[in-house]
Amino acid sequence: MAIWLTKDSKVIVQGMTGSEGSKHTRRMLAAGTHIVGGVNPRKAGTEVEFDGTSVPVFGSVADAMAKTGADVTVIFVPPAFTKDAVLEAIDAGIGLAVVITEGVPVHDTAVFWAHAVATGNKTRIVGPNCPGIASPGASNAGIIPADIAGSGRIGLVSKSGTLTYQMMYELRDIGFSTAVGIGGDPIIGTTHIDALAAFQEDPETEAIVMIGEIGGDAEERAAEYIKAHVTKPVVGYIAGFTAPPGKTMGHAGAIISGSSGTAEAKKVALEAAGVKVGKTPSETARLMREIMG
Amino acid sequence: MDLYEYQGRDVFEKHGLPVLAGGVAQTPQEARAIAERLGRVVVKAQVKVGGRGKAGGVKLADNSDEAFERANDILGMDIKGHTVHRVMLAETASIAEEYYFSYLLDRANRTFLCIASVAGGMDIEQVAVESPDKVAKIAIDAVQGVDEAKAREIVTAAQFPAEVADQVVDIAVKLWQTFVAEDATLVEVNPLAKTDAGRVLCLDAKVTLDENAGFRHADHEAMEDKSAVDPLEQAAKAKDLNYVKLDGEVGIIGNGAGLVMSTLDVVAYAGEAFGGVKPANFLDIGGGASAEVMANGLEIVLSDPAVKSVFVNVFGGITACDAVANGIINAFALLESKGETVNKPLVVRLDGNNAEAGRAILDGANNPLVERVDTMDGAAKRAAELAAGK
Repeated sequence: MAIWLTKDSKVIVQGMTGSEGSKHTRRMLAAGTHIVGGVNPRKAGTEVEFDGTSVPVFGSVADAMAKTGADVTVIFVPPAFTKDAVLEAIDAGIGLAVVITEGVPVHDTAVFWAHAVATGNKTRIVGPNCPGIASPGASNAGIIPADIAGSGRIGLVSKSGTLTYQMMYELRDIGFSTAVGIGGDPIIGTTHIDALAAFQEDPETEAIVMIGEIGGDAEERAAEYIKAHVTKPVVGYIAGFTAPPGKTMGHAGAIISGSSGTAEAKKVALEAAGVKVGKTPSETARLMREIMG
Repeated sequence: MDLYEYQGRDVFEKHGLPVLAGGVAQTPQEARAIAERLGRVVVKAQVKVGGRGKAGGVKLADNSDEAFERANDILGMDIKGHTVHRVMLAETASIAEEYYFSYLLDRANRTFLCIASVAGGMDIEQVAVESPDKVAKIAIDAVQGVDEAKAREIVTAAQFPAEVADQVVDIAVKLWQTFVAEDATLVEVNPLAKTDAGRVLCLDAKVTLDENAGFRHADHEAMEDKSAVDPLEQAAKAKDLNYVKLDGEVGIIGNGAGLVMSTLDVVAYAGEAFGGVKPANFLDIGGGASAEVMANGLEIVLSDPAVKSVFVNVFGGITACDAVANGIINAFALLESKGETVNKPLVVRLDGNNAEAGRAILDGANNPLVERVDTMDGAAKRAAELAAGK
């Protein structure tokens, strides 16, 4: 088992015919992802060839779901069209929408999130501005390289893409049940807490790595959640101890505002919840290794 | 992007909010000309930091000669490390009461928030601590927004006096329209003032715009104060690089915002053993580290005179490390062909996709300035050591 994305997941790609979309569709297929279609209203009815696999293009998410039974969509459309793509996925009632696109205006994210809430949260949204979800050996929805680590007993949730890769690489001998990149934007769909809850319930996951960074208070709230609900061991890493206040560090959400959102505050909160926090990615991996024995 | 007050005032005026007539001046002469038009004015330092009134950055002027003098006093003043390059001159109003009103992004609840209070004019965070009952916080649904009914709910919750309720409702609706139409993440009016004549006016304007929404606001780029931006940050932006200037000695180039933030930390920790050497910058070259991107990045980082060594930290995810290694080697050639001498040492750590091939390319190039260290911690230590001149 893994969380949210399994070998049975049927995946469609919104924006499959674009340059990023087609590049990563090819990679996802190579990783064994069961991709059943793409969505592009202007190319509906055509097929796209990826190294010998032919993937049909549908006119809408609803049509793709009706014809293929798809339950996951990965969204690569440009920022200007992301809001409409996610709203379409929500209205079609798909179970999981992974929004890879970076640079989505926060008003657009707020609108599609509010719409998801208003319609009963039937669609789990991951992202935007995230690397997606990988359940090694089963399925890969997004841009996380499939060959860094194999399947195993660690669950990973992270705001950062490259730190996800770094941590998977450091712990590749133990392996991962699922790695979830939740993204570094100020408003995101799936949070650390959602992933922690799912990993706690997942019998295949024995321990959890949680990677955070400066900005907001998601890590502090995750710490509260861990204290109350998570019995599996959790190891944490926070990036941005030396980041100056008031400067956006790459991710739109990675900014210390006044005295809030500092790495130190997040570390203190996590440690108070019994989480071992590494000072560097390698130390964090070492802490996890000690737990896994 | 934070706007100056005068820019915020213009944005408010464009959306029909009640503001006082005003203008912006960069010289005392310009201030005099504006005051000749407006009469009695308040002269306000334009800096993106609070507390300018206490610092002497806000003064009244009864006539244009006084406006010249006050502008002369305030221009060039240093307010909490910000030099005043502009003053705004605005009509004056006799104020009876001061309120507070804002819309902002509420990250924790993944929506927007209205904060309103009848105790305005001062730091709202302090009011919220001292008398929380005087500060109303109302969640705003991003889809439903603020219509008249929602505005009335806000006005009631914040206990605005009945005689100003209709005016505040109108302002609440228009301010929401401004917030959405401009893709702002903050619009703050402090004070929202009632004049002696009973009129409610926006006497200050604090606006933060979402840079991710720049593609649908052709006018936003022009509002950026390029002179206030660090010249290296400006040069990096022109090359589409995600660069933040810091105050240390080790230049940093990496891929991915999280990994680069982490690199800064690891370098700062390593630097403690070498007299407190610190990172000189944040630079995320993103996914595709081509020779051109690498050359652009190196050019920016090396042009910082404070930089003594450079740490290139790449984890090849989608990017293959051999391509990155070629990028580094070709970047040297590219910079030299532009007549730039590269004479600072580079420590390179490559891991992940095709790392072995990438390392072999670096070794093969045999460039005495390039040193390969294969762990992030080890490379950070070596870069700090080189920056300390060891």
